[in-house]
Amino acid sequence: MIRVENLCRTFGSFTAVDNISFEVGKGEIFAFLGPNGAGKTTTIKMLTTLLKPTSGKIWLDGLDPQVNQLQARKSFGIVFQDPSLDGDMTGQENLELHAVLYHVPRRQAKERIESLLKLFELWDRRDVQVKKYSGGMKRRLEIARGFLHTPKILFLDEPTLGLDPQSRNQLWAQVKQLNENEQVTVFLTTHYMDEADRVAHRIAVIDHGKGVALGTPAQIKERTGTKTLEEAFLSLTGSEIRDESADPAAAMRQFAQMWKR
Amino acid sequence: MGVIYILWLREMKRYFRSRAQMIASLGQPVLYLLALGFGMGPVYARAGQGNYLQFLAPGIIGMTVLFSSVFSGMGLLWDRQFGFLKETLVAPQPRLLIMAGRTLGSATVAMMQGLLVTVVCILSGFRPVNVAMVPLGILFMALIAIVFSALGTAIGSALKDMQGFQMTMNFLVLPIFFMSGALYPLTTVGPVLRVINAIDPLAYGIDGMRSALLGMVVGQVRFGAGLDATVLVAVALLFLSLGAYSFSKIEI
Repeated sequence: MIRVENLCRTFGSFTAVDNISFEVGKGEIFAFLGPNGAGKTTTIKMLTTLLKPTSGKIWLDGLDPQVNQLQARKSFGIVFQDPSLDGDMTGQENLELHAVLYHVPRRQAKERIESLLKLFELWDRRDVQVKKYSGGMKRRLEIARGFLHTPKILFLDEPTLGLDPQSRNQLWAQVKQLNENEQVTVFLTTHYMDEADRVAHRIAVIDHGKGVALGTPAQIKERTGTKTLEEAFLSLTGSEIRDESADPAAAMRQFAQMWKR
Repeated sequence: MGVIYILWLREMKRYFRSRAQMIASLGQPVLYLLALGFGMGPVYARAGQGNYLQFLAPGIIGMTVLFSSVFSGMGLLWDRQFGFLKETLVAPQPRLLIMAGRTLGSATVAMMQGLLVTVVCILSGFRPVNVAMVPLGILFMALIAIVFSALGTAIGSALKDMQGFQMTMNFLVLPIFFMSGALYPLTTVGPVLRVINAIDPLAYGIDGMRSALLGMVVGQVRFGAGLDATVLVAVALLFLSLGAYSFSKIEI
């Protein structure tokens, strides 16, 4: 479903993604792990047509996103690291707008919106403005929106960041349910190793833009001779702390946190 | 087309839902109108120029439309990192349609703000000379809104961080306002200011509104409605293409 060959991306003299290759099968849940600044978000941006690769090839459902950009975009849904909902509109309106943007026929959209809002337990709050939602509700709404146009692939970039364990568990349960029912391929990144261990069928670990491990959680633990995925992760990437360089987005994120949006 | 419409509709919904913001953004123009209009009025009258409030009102309406449209365009920067814009940028839709819907939406919002300020002006004593010419005045308001929403989109797409916002405000938007002749007549100023004024797009918008609302009064109108409209349409096309180009280059 996703195929990546020798993918590279450089920013000036800095190599963010360095010759990465992997393949994700249909209906698979694939976790893409790495410390801060390892190249996860850059890879997701390239997979989702937001950034052009410096070199290398990508196929999404057999399509080259560089060539068939609009068609490729229709085949996936994405939940970004930073929120991308319209706080002044209601939950239902956010989904309706998405349906128009993705050419979902009106009647089909109506049914799909209802069933997704019910699954993600937002149906009762559908007419409330999104800015009055809690953090967990917003995330659920974004994930529901990602599924709305029945994509073949769903990208989740740190979807559980800042959520309490209850919300995280519930969120993964719902994602898993949709993955099983609709055979959606899920490509996720997270910093919570226990989540990746429980949810993902296969895992890739990258560090400094290079792939360092690929396999099922059990295989990775066995290879590194560790008991938990967290230990395996630390033994693969070292325990040195990575400080993300202060790019404009990071600076704005800090600013946004001050305002507690 | 459905996409342009729904993005435009979104801007309308947001506008009508944030009443507090709607009222708050009236504060500045009302202050200018009342403080300058009534404060400078006697001096203006003694200089033999007539009623200052009449002269000032189109300028304040133009200012309102300018600020409102440039700001919503520049809100792009915030919107693409933490807002809804990102959702539209990965959607299977040409960027041009997204840009068009958004720009039309902010231009309409700016128009509404302009109309609200017009009402305030009329309440303060401003009177259009000829009611039949009011639609022409509104047309000029719309042209100002389109020109500067497009400019806002062009700048907002190119900005990388919030510092750039301050820069644009101080070195572009405020000069555009102060050099436009919104606050003082340009027929008597020196040659340097006259040249700067002639390259300021807002000058043509305000001049056009004055032609329409005050009649062709010598000393208050500089270019005349025909030239004003021609220049504004040309600049609008230029800025719209610039906006479309820089919007298509956004990487997030």
